[in-house]
Amino acid sequence: MVRDGRGLRGHEVMRSLREGGPVPPGPFRRGFWRSPIRGPWLTAVFGLVLLGGVTVVFLTGLLSYAAYNPDLPGNDQTPGKGALGFYLFAWPTHPYWLYRLSQGMHVTLGLVLIPVLLAKLWSVIPRLFQWPPVRSVAQLLERVSLLLLVGGAVFEFVTGVLNIQYWYVFPGSFYTLHLYGGWVFIAAFVAHVALKFRRMVTALRSRRLREELRIDTAATRPEAPDPDGLVSPNPAAATMSRRGALGLVGAGSLTLLVVTVGQTFGGPLRRTALLAPRGTDPGSGPNGFQINKTAAAAGITEARTGPGWRLVLAGGPRTVALSRAELLGMPQHVAHLPIACVEGWSTSDQAWSGVRLRDLARLAGVPGPASVHVESLQGGGGFGTASLRGNQVMDADSLLALRVNGADLSADHGFPARVIVPANPGVHNTKWVARMTFAT
Amino acid sequence: MSHFTRWYGAGPLNLLALLASFGLAGYAALHLAAARPAAVAVWFVGAAVGHDLLLLPLYAVADRSLVTLWRRPAAPLPALPWLNHVRVPALLSGLLLVVWFPSIFRLSHVYHPATGLSTAGYLARWLLVSAVLFGISALVLAVRLRRRRGAAVP
Repeated sequence: MVRDGRGLRGHEVMRSLREGGPVPPGPFRRGFWRSPIRGPWLTAVFGLVLLGGVTVVFLTGLLSYAAYNPDLPGNDQTPGKGALGFYLFAWPTHPYWLYRLSQGMHVTLGLVLIPVLLAKLWSVIPRLFQWPPVRSVAQLLERVSLLLLVGGAVFEFVTGVLNIQYWYVFPGSFYTLHLYGGWVFIAAFVAHVALKFRRMVTALRSRRLREELRIDTAATRPEAPDPDGLVSPNPAAATMSRRGALGLVGAGSLTLLVVTVGQTFGGPLRRTALLAPRGTDPGSGPNGFQINKTAAAAGITEARTGPGWRLVLAGGPRTVALSRAELLGMPQHVAHLPIACVEGWSTSDQAWSGVRLRDLARLAGVPGPASVHVESLQGGGGFGTASLRGNQVMDADSLLALRVNGADLSADHGFPARVIVPANPGVHNTKWVARMTFAT
Repeated sequence: MSHFTRWYGAGPLNLLALLASFGLAGYAALHLAAARPAAVAVWFVGAAVGHDLLLLPLYAVADRSLVTLWRRPAAPLPALPWLNHVRVPALLSGLLLVVWFPSIFRLSHVYHPATGLSTAGYLARWLLVSAVLFGISALVLAVRLRRRRGAAVP
């Protein structure tokens, strides 16, 4: 035990903590932890992978919030964001696959990192039980920070994994929990990287990866004793080499990738996503691709989408009402665009045809709108409305689609008419559109 | 060692980094826990405790039991290298279960009505994937054992 012998007056509590008393049995004794491969080098390898991977997942998460254009009316799922929205910007429409890529990466990479996170936490678990638990003020603060780091990491992964499986047991709105939880986590993550980066680099330099990959189980020996106490003072004989441990974690990531990534593809490859939520197609034919939310779930009935349906265009000098036949009589355009969901799945490009949003804006008497507020027949509640920005309205590929892949839209894909905009998050491509209000 | 470092236990940069981190984390936490502070705190701390004091000890005890079985009788190292042929597919299968259990056990009542997709089949597919993982591992072990026997016989 380290004693500096000069405990300062007025800090008796700290001193008694520092001196600890007898070490309790079990995990608090260093000899309890016997893995011969646990050590700073192995921890640093996992740490390095997480440093890169978590950074990408966090940044794509920030992008996803920006993609919702939360500054427009009705779009913000977390309106109390305050300073945490400092980076928001107008979401572009080019490249048209931007959200498909960024959100597919956010979810798929997040899933693939789970084994690495578990391995990293395994590799440092003896530190949780170090005795005495707190030796200095610095260590007390670091332990609080680690609670935010580990709690934050597991919280983010758990809420994300539950949300994509539609099991909404977490305490509140997913958007609120996942966004703010992400910021709590990243605050602790940045501090952790700042405090440990040099140690990680030193540890990585202590062994060469290429040589390590040649060492089999029989030749595996513990790393040199380290000041953090990761290396066991009482190591068991190795049952797995470091090479094997890295391979096992890699195999875990690969397995998760293989049973998941197909849900971002079209065609027969989708079926390779054996355990992902969107691994099967809901049907066949022109409308047989993934459905964001079915007509039945949204409370859409045939009575409201029949011949009596009208599209109302408002916000200009006059209000215009158009039947579906009148819309079909206007110039029709085709755009090949995917549906990409916040849940990470996406479809391949579908051939949508319909009226350009900018033509509708002109018809409403607002030729250069700053935004449009789109309302669905489903009314309020989850994404019954969404606002689009001027750049989205004016894009030549932004449509009020009436048909897809050569057939009328199905009820589940938004018949009689739906919005489809390049690079737009799925839920903002409003279906069963009833009213569009343009604003200057 | 400076007076500060002796009292605090690390350099001033350490303190500043941690305080900056707590400031941002606290600001975000105010938003995170605004509606249901107690429930959110339980989930947040529960996430750390659930991993460190539940999941990790569970799989560590399972693994240690397996190693004990493998080591007996008290030879220095068993001749048959089957340990990792059980460990690896078991861990991969367990990993899939940990990530996809809400789908596998059909816990969501929203999934089918929202997506139009069936919740049936996840359990079957997880079992099949697990069977393939254990099967491949068994095949590789069989080949290794055969080679070893071939090498032992002159």
